[in-house]
Amino acid sequence: MAQMRRRVFGHYGIIIGGAVLAIIFAIAIFAPLLTPFDPILDQDLAQKLKPPFWHDSPKYDPAHPLGTDLQGRDYLTRLVHGARISLLIGFSAMIISGVIGTALGVAAGYFGGRVDMIVNFIITTRLSMPVVLVALAVVSLIGSSLWIVIWVLGLLIWDRFAVVMRSTTMQVRNLDYVAAAQACGCSTFRIILTEIMPNVVNHLIVVATLEMAHAILLEAALSFLGLGVQPPAPSWGLMISEAKGMMFFDAWLIGIPGAALFALILSINLLGDGVRDVTAPENRN
Amino acid sequence: MSDTILEVQDLVVDIPVSAGMLHPVQSISFKVDKGETLCIVGESGCGKSLTSLAVMNLLPKSANCTATKLSLDGEDLQSTSERRMSDIRGNKMSMIFQEPMTSLNPAYTIGNQLTEALLRHKKVSQSEARDRAIYLLEKVGITAAASRLTQYPHQLSGGLRQRVMIAMALMCGPEMIIADEPTTALDVTIQAQILHLLADLQKEFNMGMILITHDLGVVSRVADRVAVMYAGQIVETGTGKQVFENPTHPYTQGLLECIPIPGKTERGAHLGSIPGIVPSLVGDLPGCHFADRCRHVMDTCRTGTIDLSPSFEDGHVYRCVQTPEQCAANLKKGAA
Amino acid sequence: MVKYILKRLGVAFLVALTVSMITFSLIYVSGDPAVALAGEAASNEEIEHIRKSYGYDRPIPVQYMDWLGRALQGDLGRSHYLKEDISHVILTRLPNTLILAGCAIAFALTLSIPLGVAAAIRPNSLIDRFALTLAVVGQALPSFWFALIMMFFLGIQLRWLPISRVETWQGFIMPAIALGYYVTPGVMRLTRAGMLEVLQSDYIRTAKAKGLRPLTVLFKHALRNAIIPVVSLAAVQFGFMLGGSIVIESIFAINGLGFLAWETIQRGDLPMMQAIVLVLSLFYILITFLADMLNAFLDPRIRVT
Repeated sequence: MAQMRRRVFGHYGIIIGGAVLAIIFAIAIFAPLLTPFDPILDQDLAQKLKPPFWHDSPKYDPAHPLGTDLQGRDYLTRLVHGARISLLIGFSAMIISGVIGTALGVAAGYFGGRVDMIVNFIITTRLSMPVVLVALAVVSLIGSSLWIVIWVLGLLIWDRFAVVMRSTTMQVRNLDYVAAAQACGCSTFRIILTEIMPNVVNHLIVVATLEMAHAILLEAALSFLGLGVQPPAPSWGLMISEAKGMMFFDAWLIGIPGAALFALILSINLLGDGVRDVTAPENRN
Repeated sequence: MSDTILEVQDLVVDIPVSAGMLHPVQSISFKVDKGETLCIVGESGCGKSLTSLAVMNLLPKSANCTATKLSLDGEDLQSTSERRMSDIRGNKMSMIFQEPMTSLNPAYTIGNQLTEALLRHKKVSQSEARDRAIYLLEKVGITAAASRLTQYPHQLSGGLRQRVMIAMALMCGPEMIIADEPTTALDVTIQAQILHLLADLQKEFNMGMILITHDLGVVSRVADRVAVMYAGQIVETGTGKQVFENPTHPYTQGLLECIPIPGKTERGAHLGSIPGIVPSLVGDLPGCHFADRCRHVMDTCRTGTIDLSPSFEDGHVYRCVQTPEQCAANLKKGAA
Repeated sequence: MVKYILKRLGVAFLVALTVSMITFSLIYVSGDPAVALAGEAASNEEIEHIRKSYGYDRPIPVQYMDWLGRALQGDLGRSHYLKEDISHVILTRLPNTLILAGCAIAFALTLSIPLGVAAAIRPNSLIDRFALTLAVVGQALPSFWFALIMMFFLGIQLRWLPISRVETWQGFIMPAIALGYYVTPGVMRLTRAGMLEVLQSDYIRTAKAKGLRPLTVLFKHALRNAIIPVVSLAAVQFGFMLGGSIVIESIFAINGLGFLAWETIQRGDLPMMQAIVLVLSLFYILITFLADMLNAFLDPRIRVT
């Protein structure tokens, strides 16, 4: 245990990733307390396109350290509220896809044979459908809201959960203690819950971080294309999309939300890589 | 006949590990003459395999290897460039490994893998290389040799693969061959076949050979010289006859008690075993490495360095504080 | 080998069939496709007219069989919006997307495979750390943002490369990088891990013991085996690129299938949307099938039984 702790705290990826993620999480929770403005309602066209603090410009207004957008809304406020959307979508879509993918993967890995064949077929079929396109098409047909985006993404990106859970379950299933549990007459459900799951959970965590990052990136891409979260919600992808036309003059409008997105994904990935390194040092490379 | 082909003096291998410095091979010396078989015997982890890899200069990069002398056919192997070394490997000196199942590349045909060393080292045409491959496959007892050339490793059994490995090692007509436990991974019935095949080929091509094995039965039949290794050191070495008829070091005595010898071991007699485990070789280990498991251990065994004794019967040396007579007496006591 | 090919073909066929069903049912996601097609301002007569002319009044299985039958003959119907044959529109747009995805995967592979090999030869060296950093950063960069940043610096500030609607080869450089870089981390890690494993294998030791030259050991004996899983991954990623081109093509205004898809979705042109999803899925199935064949060629354990 002490060795585990040392490994966790000696791992730069976990420390940096965890710290950045914790900060973004805190920002998302306390977003309304951090700035005096509302991300949507407080717009003032007279105040539009104020530059951020590092632009040494007379137009700079200390009330808006990151400037204002095209509608004159405080950019810092929109940025911190955007963290809520990204985290909510990433987390919820990850949970939905995790439940689907784990159920399919564990079933395939545990029962093998025909079940495995069918699950494999479902995975192959799912992989052959282009995610972004199908998501866009569905969202465009049934209308887009935050929860529709979450459900569509969750129902689409379970493939990696299924693939990884299938192979790890298969490995664990062939170990002697599972046979021992079967010999004791434990029910299948009980064996899966008490013998299989604890031994695949570290792989599950790693995939979960990857898929959370994946969902956040997809939401940003959908919103960027205008078919994800709808304006005036402060989604980071949408903020980049809205600022696209101003790229020649006010590139910071794109730079700020993009950098936030990059930092969030980077921290999640670092944490996930770290968990993999720490729980399975032999798989490190 | 007695010109030396391989000479090794004070070979030391050190490997840094997280717990300190591992000393798996500690000052090993031996020489092999043309047409002579040296058997290295010892239990797993005693440094046999690392010794052979060190001679081939195939140790992992992390290992440090030094020796006061390491020469093949008079050529110093320590100061040669890696380039020259690769000209020697597989050409003048080749090696057979213990895992036939994984030692062949799954992506290429047997023919491709057999001929590539020959094409690399000698100026021969493709068809000459092919002929040589067929000749050697037949030599190692593979039937329908020509059709085997187009097969892939996964189509062959373990025994066949090891025969292919032996043929591969012989392709360039080496003067020295190292066989590292060539039969451990094989069925018992095939083990003896392969070892006898190796011994026959060694005599036929007049090569020097190092045979690393557990199988003392085979050692007694094929070995010209025997080196018994324990925990990184040679504890006894001599001709096969000397070591088998007059085992001196308590470890050698223990090893020989562990195996039944037809005609010698009585029916129903208890076979011996050596209690305890091999000591850790991380850091310095004072005194005799075998002390903890030795029946005849004394206080003097625990300190200082115990060197190999002077030769007491024409090249027969051992690493123990007791005199040969005391050792011989121990053997009788143990048997009684 | 024949058995292997037939088995793969069978699976590919079944997947394609399932995909076609899902694709077909896509238009019913919203409820009534005729209403969706006609638009919000349409009168009841107009909706009925569309329902009749597109055959949405027939039973769904009949519609599916009809659609599938025509699709098999290369007839994907007519675009409601463009008033053109869908097959024709797709065929004129497809080359640009294929060129883009081809350049992107070429860029990704030429960057990631040598880097992965170099990193595996010297683990924990400077080049290994560089490769790892590149992988971690690459995986976290949103592609559309990266595309815009590249556009800003290389196109607008430095004026090195054209930023959009250019059909010359320079016009494909930035889009190909923007589409391809996202694949590099995965391919590089897989190459590195595969090489590390293979380089420690017994047959590499055998190859060294034969006195083969280091480059022969590395390329003939090691890479040949390490590359097999990379082929599968590259094929999967190439398929994803075809779908992912929608983002990059819309940013760089490349007149390809992705851009067409984006326009189509905004117009609510259902038959066209169906057709694009179907074509991209079929391409994915084709590419992964070809990758399986390439792997059978590379790995005799698949080919020779």
